Amino acid sequence: MTYPSFEKIIDTLDAGKQFSFPGGVHPDDKKSLSNVSPIKTPSLPQLITLPLRQHVGSEGACCVNVGDYVYKGQVLSQATTPYSVPIHAPTSGDVVAIAPHVVAHPSGLTEMCVTIKPDGKDTWGVLTPKQDYTAHSKDSIIDAICQAGISGMGGAGFPTHIKASGSKPVEFLILNGIECEPYITSDDRLMREFAWQIRQGLDILDHLIAPKAIIIAIEDNKPEALKALDIACQDKEKYRRVSVETKYPAGGEKQLIQVLTNREVPRNGLPIDVGVLMFNVGTCYAIADAILHGKPLIERIVTVTGEAVDEPCNFKALLGTPVRHLLKEAKYNANKQDAPKVIMGGPMMGFTLADASIPVVKTTNCLLVPSASELTDGDNERACIRCSACADACPASLLPQQLFWHAKANEYDKAEDYNLFDCIECGACAYVCPSEIPLVHYYRQAKSEIRLQRDEKNKADKAKQRFEARNARLEQEKRDREEKHRKAKEARLAAANSGKSASTAASAAVSADNGTKDKVAAALARAKAKKAALNASPELPSSDSTGDASALSDAREKDTSGNADASVNDKKAQVAAAIARAKAKKAANAKANQTTDTQPMPAASVSTDESRDSIEDEKKAKVAAAIARAKAKKTAAADAATPLESQPNVNESDETAQDKKARIAAAVAKAKAKKAAQSTTVEESRSEDASNSQNKTNDKDAQKQARIAAAVAKAKAKKQQREVTPPKASEVEQHQVQGDSTPQDEKKARIAAAVAKAKAKKALQQKSDQS
Amino acid sequence: MSISFAVIAIGVLALIFGLILGYASIRFKVESDPLVEQIDEVLPQTQCGQCGYPGCRPYAEAIANGDEINKCPPGGESTIKKLADLMGVEPKPLDGAHGEEDVKKVAYIREDECIGCTKCIQACPVDAILGAAKHMHTVLTDECTGCDLCVDPCPVDCIDMVPLVQTTSTWKWDFSVTPKGDIPIKMVS
Repeated sequence: MTYPSFEKIIDTLDAGKQFSFPGGVHPDDKKSLSNVSPIKTPSLPQLITLPLRQHVGSEGACCVNVGDYVYKGQVLSQATTPYSVPIHAPTSGDVVAIAPHVVAHPSGLTEMCVTIKPDGKDTWGVLTPKQDYTAHSKDSIIDAICQAGISGMGGAGFPTHIKASGSKPVEFLILNGIECEPYITSDDRLMREFAWQIRQGLDILDHLIAPKAIIIAIEDNKPEALKALDIACQDKEKYRRVSVETKYPAGGEKQLIQVLTNREVPRNGLPIDVGVLMFNVGTCYAIADAILHGKPLIERIVTVTGEAVDEPCNFKALLGTPVRHLLKEAKYNANKQDAPKVIMGGPMMGFTLADASIPVVKTTNCLLVPSASELTDGDNERACIRCSACADACPASLLPQQLFWHAKANEYDKAEDYNLFDCIECGACAYVCPSEIPLVHYYRQAKSEIRLQRDEKNKADKAKQRFEARNARLEQEKRDREEKHRKAKEARLAAANSGKSASTAASAAVSADNGTKDKVAAALARAKAKKAALNASPELPSSDSTGDASALSDAREKDTSGNADASVNDKKAQVAAAIARAKAKKAANAKANQTTDTQPMPAASVSTDESRDSIEDEKKAKVAAAIARAKAKKTAAADAATPLESQPNVNESDETAQDKKARIAAAVAKAKAKKAAQSTTVEESRSEDASNSQNKTNDKDAQKQARIAAAVAKAKAKKQQREVTPPKASEVEQHQVQGDSTPQDEKKARIAAAVAKAKAKKALQQKSDQS
Repeated sequence: MSISFAVIAIGVLALIFGLILGYASIRFKVESDPLVEQIDEVLPQTQCGQCGYPGCRPYAEAIANGDEINKCPPGGESTIKKLADLMGVEPKPLDGAHGEEDVKKVAYIREDECIGCTKCIQACPVDAILGAAKHMHTVLTDECTGCDLCVDPCPVDCIDMVPLVQTTSTWKWDFSVTPKGDIPIKMVS
């Protein structure tokens, strides 16, 4: 961007020349009504009503309660965001209400306000002035400005601390004492009477911002104010006083920058973008008050003027003073008005107040009470004659006529295309309009409509985002659930497949998640076993023990193959096998004379024990199986020499019930021994391989066989129990007790034994088929 | 002979253009229908489902496929007008079967009556209701689109639809309410 350089501007200013802005109007300023009398201090109002938000930005959080006593200058709200400033009690008194109240807004709507009933004592709270502000850090001064609740007092109400804390280099610091709008004289009177304090404020700003140049701009219709500031700043060469040609709206920020520097603030930009900062004289005064005296912003100069007041003048009014009170002080004459009408602000940019109880706020510079003949009123609007006088008057070089058409036709996007938002609503166009079209009116309406549409659009976008985010989340949850189920299924299958090898390295795959599933599987297995036992048909007879014994080894293989197919059967069979082995050992132990080996007994009991404890745990069951196998191997070692001997022994004892039991045991032992003998050195790894390979081939078959076998075995077991004589039964019982078993366990063990036996039988059949 | 030249020339041209078009259709492929996006932009995104579709986007897709444009009560006349402009059809009055245009509302949960069933939380299309099972729920007013969907699931009927209160930030000039002369622009000189 090209704009005049700093040196060139200084040269121009030194030469006493100025630039200008396009357009502008010269209304009758009517300032003499109120600028002749000194600033008055009004009496304390009955009630003081302070809106929590008196500036651009968000409102602070109220930090007093109803009933609290507050001192003058006490903070009433805390800034919650960087863009908010606190408010302070303008006088001491009681907080009587914190409620919505009509505020200074054209809508006449309510906002949250704190209402204070003054006690008349005007007792100050604790003040912390920073007289030696040069000794403080800049941050602490800016913070003090913020805490004093200072926001721009020219009209816009932008928080001053934000403006002052910018990091961009500042070439020009401009003090705006233009006050171009007709009727208003508050800045004029302030400069005349408090020039020294304004200069002090300027000192502070100079210290804070350190600009290259400082310009005090005053319109040439206020020579007294200029003179007062001349005197106040006479020792400071840096404070350049400039008398600006009177033209409305020269007081506008962008216009004044253009007048003094010939730089144009870019659209959507800020003055700082062209190296300029501008403060109102009232703001400067407030800064001096805040830093040098520690006083927060609790009062301001308000012009009460117009022909309907008998004593128009300026008041140093406390913020929150109801308009009605000031009108009374200025001797409002209702007879001069057709209907009560008070305008806050000037005749060009102000708005009519809805209620006389509306309080004075930080941006209130004027209360205009016009007589019936003073301002035009009502709808005298006629058709646009396309004279383009408005375009000539526009200080922002817009096309008011085009804007008007589009705004009237609700074609807001087109109005925006004509840069509606560059309009400063100065009212110059409406002032010159021969058809008395309230042009600014249409612009304001269009602007507020567009802003609302933007808000709605933003809200819709947010809703859309949230809706989509929610959908995505639900979708994700669904996927996660499915994934979890799939994984669980896979894990189950994997657990089944890993079967025997789980006891080795593969066991790592079995997670806690699997554990719970195994429990379920175990429970299922138990239930099935029970059911099978109940449904068992009793008539199937047992074949001879040799077959039994030889078959059992095969059955064990079938057993392991059964393990593999589905975890349910795997569980059942495995547990059953373990129990069966344990029982068999026990029985063998009882029949000590037949099978010479007494050693297995404690081990067997351990295995029963373990299988009971861990009936719900696959791993433990496997351990048990492993132990049982180990035992079997041991047995094999013992029996290896005489494998044939034990066989006839078994045959011989095939008479009583106990014999039967012993026979089973012996058969089991025998089978194990055989197997162990077969695979003396190969051990588990081979058996695993074998079982795994077998798994795949005849798992279904084996499952079925196992079930049938279980039924058969159960029948056998029943028969056996019937045959058992009481003492012998007790003996068995004893062994079982030894094996740390409860009745339930006993039952289970029995079932298991039956299952094992049945399997053995089945295997035998298969074997015979094969042979 | 000359005819065969012409045929060959045209054939070659056709081949060349065909290749160019074929390439362009791949190179400049548009993934989604941009019209749906545009319609979706116009819709108010309340996700209320009053149009009969599960959200604003499905309705936008339906409009793009030829459905009526007057099924959106939250959008009202202005949305219908915009849709008509976009689709190049005549604006129609709002279809009463889908509801009437109403003032903007937000849901409000009477908190002492809330039993904490979480049904409304599940119903809310924009996650604007906060709460846990068996604890009081509340509505995030800023996020609520006023879609009404939480009202029916509530087993204790503790959700009200409250019209949005106008504040100074949502207020707009309305000449039908305030006379134009309300704002002083013109001075008698």
